[in-house]
Amino acid sequence: MSEECKCAEVREEIPEEQWAKIDEIIKNNKNKPGVLIPILEQVQQVTGFLPAKVQRRIAEGLNIPPSLVYGVVTFYSFFTMVPIGRHLIKVCLGTACYVKRSDEILEKIKQQLNVDVGGMTEDSRYSLEGVRCVGACGLAPVVIVDNDTYGAVEPVKVMEIIDKYE
Amino acid sequence: MVEIIIDGKTIKVKEGITILQAAESVGIKIPHLCYHKSLSPMSSCRICLVEVEGARTLVASCSYLVSEGMKVKTDTERVLNARRLAIDLLLSNHPQDCLTCEKNGACKLQEYAYELGITSTSFEGEKTQYPPDTSNPFIERDYSKCILCGRCVKICEEIQVLSITDFANRGFETKISTFYDSPLQETDCTFCGQCVAVCPVGALTEKVRRFKAREWELKKVTTICSYCGCGCTFDLNVKDNEVIKVTSTEGGINGLALCVKGRFGFDFINNPARLKTPLIRQNTKNKSHEAEFKEVSWEEALSLVAERFKEIKDKYGPDKIAGIASARCTSEENYLFQKFMRAVIGTNNVDHCARLCHAATVAGLATAFGSGAMTNSIDEIKYADCILVTGSNTTECHPIISLKIKQAVKNGAKLIVADPRRIELVEWADVYLRFKSGTDVAWLNGMMNVIINENLLDEKFIEERCEGFDEFKAAVMEYSPEKTEEITGIPANDLIKAARIYATAEKASIIYSMGITQHTNGTNNVFSIANLAMLTGNIGRESTGVNPLRGQNNVQGACDMGALPIFFPGYQKVTDLQVRTKFEEAWGVKLSEVPGFTMMQMLNEAGKEIKAMYIMGENLMLSVPDLIQAEKALKALDFLVVQDIFLTETAKLADVILPAVSFAEKNGTFTNTERRVQLVRQAINPIGQSRTDSAIIIDLANIMGYKMHYDDAKSIMEEIAKLTPSYGGISYERLEREGGLQWPCPDPTHPGTKFLHKDKFTGGKGKFHPVKYRPPAEEPDEEYPFRLTTGRMLYHYHGCSMTRRSKGLDEICKEGYIEINPQDATSLGINDGDLIVVSSRRGSIKIKAKITDKVTQKEVFIPFHFVESAANVLTNTALDPIAKIPELKVCAVNISL
Ligand code: SF4
Ligand code: SF4
Ligand code: SF4
Ligand code: FES
Ligand code: FES
Repeated sequence: MSEECKCAEVREEIPEEQWAKIDEIIKNNKNKPGVLIPILEQVQQVTGFLPAKVQRRIAEGLNIPPSLVYGVVTFYSFFTMVPIGRHLIKVCLGTACYVKRSDEILEKIKQQLNVDVGGMTEDSRYSLEGVRCVGACGLAPVVIVDNDTYGAVEPVKVMEIIDKYE
Repeated sequence: MVEIIIDGKTIKVKEGITILQAAESVGIKIPHLCYHKSLSPMSSCRICLVEVEGARTLVASCSYLVSEGMKVKTDTERVLNARRLAIDLLLSNHPQDCLTCEKNGACKLQEYAYELGITSTSFEGEKTQYPPDTSNPFIERDYSKCILCGRCVKICEEIQVLSITDFANRGFETKISTFYDSPLQETDCTFCGQCVAVCPVGALTEKVRRFKAREWELKKVTTICSYCGCGCTFDLNVKDNEVIKVTSTEGGINGLALCVKGRFGFDFINNPARLKTPLIRQNTKNKSHEAEFKEVSWEEALSLVAERFKEIKDKYGPDKIAGIASARCTSEENYLFQKFMRAVIGTNNVDHCARLCHAATVAGLATAFGSGAMTNSIDEIKYADCILVTGSNTTECHPIISLKIKQAVKNGAKLIVADPRRIELVEWADVYLRFKSGTDVAWLNGMMNVIINENLLDEKFIEERCEGFDEFKAAVMEYSPEKTEEITGIPANDLIKAARIYATAEKASIIYSMGITQHTNGTNNVFSIANLAMLTGNIGRESTGVNPLRGQNNVQGACDMGALPIFFPGYQKVTDLQVRTKFEEAWGVKLSEVPGFTMMQMLNEAGKEIKAMYIMGENLMLSVPDLIQAEKALKALDFLVVQDIFLTETAKLADVILPAVSFAEKNGTFTNTERRVQLVRQAINPIGQSRTDSAIIIDLANIMGYKMHYDDAKSIMEEIAKLTPSYGGISYERLEREGGLQWPCPDPTHPGTKFLHKDKFTGGKGKFHPVKYRPPAEEPDEEYPFRLTTGRMLYHYHGCSMTRRSKGLDEICKEGYIEINPQDATSLGINDGDLIVVSSRRGSIKIKAKITDKVTQKEVFIPFHFVESAANVLTNTALDPIAKIPELKVCAVNISL
């Protein structure tokens, strides 16, 4: 777990004008009860994701512990701490898929796109995730790209599917 | 009161309590995991379910309140099944390593599984696996064992007021996590271990105890922490004469809370470096070579000491011998020490480290109010409306008191922090007054100027209870906010704001410490503080007062016991004939009426007016200013005896070293900063041949021909109570029964005194003192352009003889540093971590730079604990003329690469 969290060290810098907007959002909502979630939502609209620096800024702005902000961000799957590419690839690592060698599929994608699990490609085109059983075991092994589910995927063919997503 | 029926029993209980509390009050146990009585309920674990007649579902007894006529059943089959299910589910995601788990035998999950007869889980499935985090020196975190009860989160939020961790992620992946799951040492965690204290399972455990003892092998002995004036109560957990861990008791002034030193800094006790036999010097100390000592028997060591003391006394007279008592030893030992100096040697030359920390308080407050101690109690701080903290880095030096301050702020109290350094409490403050160090009188006068001009003073209080107001007023009138700004650097508006907040509060409390006292005008600073409290009538009532925080665990007791050159126990003057006669009768000898030397005088006169010294438990060679001179002084003595538990820098200069025992090996009392006398209990046998300080003193007295006999520590206290009016009602029986008594406690029926000066000042009228600002003895100039202040830090204590022999504390902070402002660092070309040379007129040291805006430009700070970079090589010996306290807080230094 902790290693996975460490990879959230994001290279991307937040541009100055986005910081200004973030501060603005904090200022406008400060001192209202239950504002953390709406603030996080609005900030994510500005920055696209919520890296450590941004979470700290919000914690300081609202004078609340950073651990609380982190707790909320990691609770809602809607929030993301890493930038998300235009397309999200999920490879199922549940038991059924695993038995059918979905780990090889994942490995293949990692190599081909030069991306880590939980990361995004240099060109912001794809993000890659490994997920638990998605409830389509009959189709194992399963790969999901955005809203499309692909079953019985073969490692050698997987890049053909992915290449379709610009 | 309401009446309820619980398991068929009709009981009457207080309204507004929970079912669980009601049940416990009549001895019915209801299992609970997330609930802890010192924390507000979270109601998440569902183990505490009970049946309430008429309720549709089972209810959580930890949060459900009792009501009239309620019928509760705690052990029906339905209840037991629900509990079984809850435990079963927890076990399904819990490793079964009870065999080697440190919590084995004290684990709640194990206990409830056993009680409910669950042998293994009926849900087989995936388990969350996290690698244990063993990366910090104090706390092992193994979240695979975490049952997500949330207690650790709650206690860090409510008691430590830090919220280092919280729940993160969700569902199966939910985990207790710091911000970004980083290790504790990368967060603001202070390693107080409060979270460890409440974790019901083996997820959070003390690192040092790993594989050393199983729970049932530990014997617990309740005693008092020896690391600071807060005086926390805790249990030493012992196996085979070794202290394995410290646990909180929920009692005392601290409840569950402890700080890192108290909870994790105990292992100096069994450190192999402890002195185990008496030692006698073999070579002469005036040569530069290392000291060589020979191990000898007690007999040989003590007869040598007795012989040499007698010889010197006969040859030069008793006043040529001086003694330093110890604020770390018990009151009983300090009592015996001063009795030894006075009755056996025949001199009043006895002093101790209070001279270096709060002599100005003892002198100043005694004159202003009639008593030199903290006026109010620690717990009252929580209920103040305004707290003014100055010259006290409370968070690090009195951790438990800082928790009360933060709790008060959370409850809406206003906090004013006045300090040259941007200390942690500033983050909690409504107003921060940052002044040039040494200008205390100026800003205090400035504040009072505003209060008088805006007519925010308490005329009735001044009229009825004080004297000297007019003269005082005249002095203050010169300090307009603008003039004050010029002297101190505090913006006039901030000063005005602070003055208004303090003066208009219903209950305002002042907390101060060595930032006020360690100055050549320390006593004046204290007068100023007393003036401020009297001016607004903020004294003699609950949650108000003037509260000097005393540094060492028993510095209050050592003062009370007369380890001071002008006082017998209980601040009774040696110059007072009646008092002297009383002590002469009690001790059966003629006593000297000549006030003795203070600590700095002893050192100045070493080799001249002082020929021999007896030092008990004090590492002078780190704690006094101008160490280079101090070393020369101690070397100039004909004879030096040091009694300590380690071979300290001071002991290395001794002719005879007597091995004493730590607080864990003796009985006695410590008096904490709020005047509370508390019992210290023996937990282990003395290490090696070491002996208690009392036993050593008693033997020495007898060898020197003075009959001294006590059965035990208790009988020493009986003598103290007879001779010391403020301790008159204190006895071990009462302390055992009542758990601590605050003096004055003049007779056996007196309940002790929570706050002083209630309707009348102890000294009659409160005395205003007109005081004017005087600059420190040494101001920065071209040659020495920086102003150096010194102080303490959280992880170490005084001369470090104990903390650096504690593995964890030494590991987390091994070396000294100098705090320097980023701008100054840039202009000098210094990078963070660079080794730099700091010099003053007295000496120079090499030390690592720590670049931080905690200090302002042209000011630097060095913690004084570290021998390799001893701040006191640099500090100034200039004294306050009244209290004779040296100006440890300000001197001028120069910095070079
Ligand atoms: S050790 Fe203290 S500060 Fe650190 S997480 Fe635990 S309770 Fe919080
Ligand atoms: S670490 Fe311990 S106290 Fe904290 S949630 Fe887990 S089981 Fe509870
Ligand atoms: S606050 Fe002081 S008395 Fe309490 S545990 Fe820490 S050092 Fe000991
Ligand atoms: S294991 Fe992949 S869909 Fe169930
Ligand atoms: S103890 Fe009541 S719900 Fe946990």
